Amino acid sequence: MKAKHQRLILAALAVVGVAGAGVLGASALRDEAAYFRTPAEVKGGAAVTGEAMRLGGMVQAGSIKRLPDGVTIRFVATDGKADLPVEFTGIVPDLFAEESGMVADGRMRADGVFVADRILAKHDERYMPPQMGDMPEGAGKAAPKA
Amino acid sequence: MQSTGPARVAVLDRKSMHAYANPTRFLAIARPLTPWLTGLGLLLILIGCVAGLTMVPGDYKQGETARILYVHVPAAWLGMGGWTSLAIAGLVQLVWRHPLSGIAARAVAVPGMMFTALCLITGSIWGKPTWGTWWEWDGRMTSMLVLLFLYAGFIALTAGEDAQRGGGSLSRGAAIYAVVGAVNIPIINRSVVWWNSLHQGPSITLGGSSIDGALLWPLGLTLLGFSLLFGAIVLMRMRAIIAENRVAARMRRLADEEG
Repeated sequence: MKAKHQRLILAALAVVGVAGAGVLGASALRDEAAYFRTPAEVKGGAAVTGEAMRLGGMVQAGSIKRLPDGVTIRFVATDGKADLPVEFTGIVPDLFAEESGMVADGRMRADGVFVADRILAKHDERYMPPQMGDMPEGAGKAAPKA
Repeated sequence: MQSTGPARVAVLDRKSMHAYANPTRFLAIARPLTPWLTGLGLLLILIGCVAGLTMVPGDYKQGETARILYVHVPAAWLGMGGWTSLAIAGLVQLVWRHPLSGIAARAVAVPGMMFTALCLITGSIWGKPTWGTWWEWDGRMTSMLVLLFLYAGFIALTAGEDAQRGGGSLSRGAAIYAVVGAVNIPIINRSVVWWNSLHQGPSITLGGSSIDGALLWPLGLTLLGFSLLFGAIVLMRMRAIIAENRVAARMRRLADEEG
């Protein structure tokens, strides 16, 4: 009986220790484990010009413009705090759209434009039937919250 | 097996291996429960999948590809739930040395790994049309892949031990491995909140669901259905492990009597 209690206390201490180590490890990774940088972080000095990085943010409404060459697009990525112009040559995923999230691999150019080699669309956590989603098409995603 | 069988074995084995007393009682419950869990689980999965594929509308933005969530979400839940129960079994083994805990941990490992793999596969299939990529090293995907490797490590560890000392109880090392591996579970859960990730944030939280009710209800059916099926698989595997141990114990006894 006594040995069992000893083991219980030991196991409880070990679990607390391991959980603590996990939390410490995860919080130390806080910055390193980020999949992308936001425009505000880039403006705050997180990006070195010419160095490969990943930028994530919302595509600003009405900002997608196709350049005369027909295959290059320009748009503004925003996180609500800061905006960053992005340039990309190539094919974007179907779900890439204004007012929607995207993640871009690329690098900052000296003129402050982010040049992307690859663009991924980011999906948000909202799922709803088309009738509801169609209403705010293009316009504010202050969307009907079900 | 004749009706006196289990009781006789229990009496005989209590001297050598007290482990068999409890499995007898466990089997009396597990045997009738298994077909019920299997049948009800499969029925709910069938209804949920048919409803999810044909009766509810597609997502406003993703269209038809969103329907994979009716399998992906239960798979993720069972992959993580599987390791949580594995860790609890490890803890029970370490503290109380309950004879069923080691058997339960072994029984959970393989279906847990299968559902983790199913989650990664369905996620990848969904990721290509939605994000434009099969795989990215973001926090959610990486931590889920780590879970798959944890399962593989646990299965290899216990399989190696079985070869040496016969199935049944869990070694201290394997039990500690199970408990320590549980650190990954809250990391998977929080990965989309703590870090910028490609995977979207949680849709279903304590505060409610951002999946509209019209799309949500089949998910409840498949979640419950896959969970019941998971329980049935675990019970079947536990019964198989207990049966194997009994065969091994009997073979040893026969060998002792002859030798």
